[in-house]
Amino acid sequence: MSQTVFEPWNDPTAKPLIQFKNVTKRFGDFTAIDNQTFDIYEKEFFALLGPSGCGKTTMMRMLAGFEAPTEGTILLAGQDIAPIPPNKRAVNMMFQSYALFPHLSVWENIAFGLKRDKKSKDEIAARVAEMLKLTRLEKFAKRKPHQISGGQRQRVALARSLAKAPKLLLLDEPLGALDAKLRQDTQFELMDIQESTGTTFVIVTHDQEEAMTVASRVAVMDDGKIVQADTPARIYEMPNSVYVADFIGEVTILSGTARRGDGAYEISFAEDQPTLFAESDTEFDNGQECHLAIRPEKVSITAQKPSDRRNALEGKILDIAYLGNLSTYHVELPGGQIVKAQTANTTRLSRRSFTWEDRVWLSWTDTAGVLLKG
Amino acid sequence: MRRLTWFNVTSLSLGFAFLYLPMLILITYSFNSSKLVTVWAGFSTKWYGELLQNEAFLDAAWVTVQVAVVSSSIATVLGTMAALVLVRAGRFPGRTLFSGMVYAPLVMPEVITGLSLLLLFIGIGLDRGIFTIILAHTTFSMCFVSVVVSSRLVTFDESLEEAALDLGCSSFQAFRLVTLPIVAPAVISGWLLAFTLSLDDLVIASFTAGPSSTTLPIKIWSAVRLGVSPEINALSTIMIAIVAVGVITASLVTKRASLRQQADERAAVHA
Repeated sequence: MSQTVFEPWNDPTAKPLIQFKNVTKRFGDFTAIDNQTFDIYEKEFFALLGPSGCGKTTMMRMLAGFEAPTEGTILLAGQDIAPIPPNKRAVNMMFQSYALFPHLSVWENIAFGLKRDKKSKDEIAARVAEMLKLTRLEKFAKRKPHQISGGQRQRVALARSLAKAPKLLLLDEPLGALDAKLRQDTQFELMDIQESTGTTFVIVTHDQEEAMTVASRVAVMDDGKIVQADTPARIYEMPNSVYVADFIGEVTILSGTARRGDGAYEISFAEDQPTLFAESDTEFDNGQECHLAIRPEKVSITAQKPSDRRNALEGKILDIAYLGNLSTYHVELPGGQIVKAQTANTTRLSRRSFTWEDRVWLSWTDTAGVLLKG
Repeated sequence: MRRLTWFNVTSLSLGFAFLYLPMLILITYSFNSSKLVTVWAGFSTKWYGELLQNEAFLDAAWVTVQVAVVSSSIATVLGTMAALVLVRAGRFPGRTLFSGMVYAPLVMPEVITGLSLLLLFIGIGLDRGIFTIILAHTTFSMCFVSVVVSSRLVTFDESLEEAALDLGCSSFQAFRLVTLPIVAPAVISGWLLAFTLSLDDLVIASFTAGPSSTTLPIKIWSAVRLGVSPEINALSTIMIAIVAVGVITASLVTKRASLRQQADERAAVHA
């Protein structure tokens, strides 16, 4: 099966749908967005990810037209959108609270935007029927929002925002109100709908798992800035900073100094600990401060010191987090640092090899970790 | 269920007697056949019949209804607009002053309001009549509407309005199609409150009424000063009946709506 890879951000000839050019947004003295320049391409599923207060919602509200940038321009399909009010933009938004009109039925909610466009009755009916089918809501067309469940309300909100076939759909924490199981199902539904409609989606979320699941690219934000924008796999495997490494998934950060060795850097991170080895594309000077970020699942945990790996540390098991499919071990090194190691629970719990207070060896390969500057 | 002890029964009877005994006496004597209010001479409905013949009372009633309907409608429009600005406009210079000024008439003694309006009308040479009563009633009931509507608007989810804008509404369309229908119950109760206040206002109306236009409360008040007649009792009984029916209907409708909403929400969870 051949498949063309969807990576317009690597194609210099591709025309971005949205361009942020040196956009700054201030509320009084507070800078919510700090001089940001980036592109979003057509048919992308772009996630803005970050803790609350990092500016991701402001970014989205500027796209919707509820906020105007203090400096810089935002282009949608090459056109500056600053002078266009929200009701004239080819952008629709799905609100965090869904914002369904409580006095209108599901059908009327979905038809609301179409009626504003002065479309004919038949056209509206056909489009609403199509949306109801897409979101599997045919049976609930006549109900009011309070007569349906949370998951159904979420789908009504989605159908309503998609009904006008916007160039760009904004989703503000769309799954925040759903329980974990329903959320997972809905994530895949969202991806299917995004693919079948070919609409560009920009999603705002603080849930890194959600962003990783649905998005073609994830932009990790901190303090009004995009720290890194890349595919979920690259964000996870090749974070560009300690902040991103720490924000996405679990990670152990060992800080020390780097020295160039043969093919790999030698890292000394504590006086009484062995030297660690890590390959890196980033250049480090001898004696420069560095941070080795290593994911727990790339750390092996054994009773004896492994003979085939240079990176091996001995420690004592401090904590075991049992997650069902996985167990995460928190191993304390003699110097007090905690290193996390994860194993898949392929055997039953009763035959688990290690327990609290056991002395174990942790090991990983030279390429397992990422060496970061800060 | 706890049993009704003698103490509970006594408190209950005393409380209700305090509230309703005066009205009960009034209603009872409206069916008295004697012309003397305090002497019972047998059951009769003749005073109700005579009431319908009394042109002066009927005129006053008509004036009162006209004033109440018109003034409460204007007050509802103005009060809703004031509430929208005060809740929505966010911070602007003098916001606290404005909201204080809108609510001040709530605590202003009616005599003062009445007197100042009277002075104004004389000052600008406006002949007193039904028009001046309407103006006066609009003035004082507007702030009540504003209080009722703004307390609803505070809890109104503004993303609903943003959603309307996002789907292509102009600001006015968003208000007309989304905000207004949702806050309609508050607007209606604001109207009802203004209507009731206007119906039973005596003080402000007596300052601003002219010789040609007398409202029912003024008529009753001046009639009673010449002695309580059974006709007044009958009139008051009718007013009590109208108010009671209104209140009971309103509470029944609200209760049924909330019960149905609860049932729907339960059904939705299990669906």
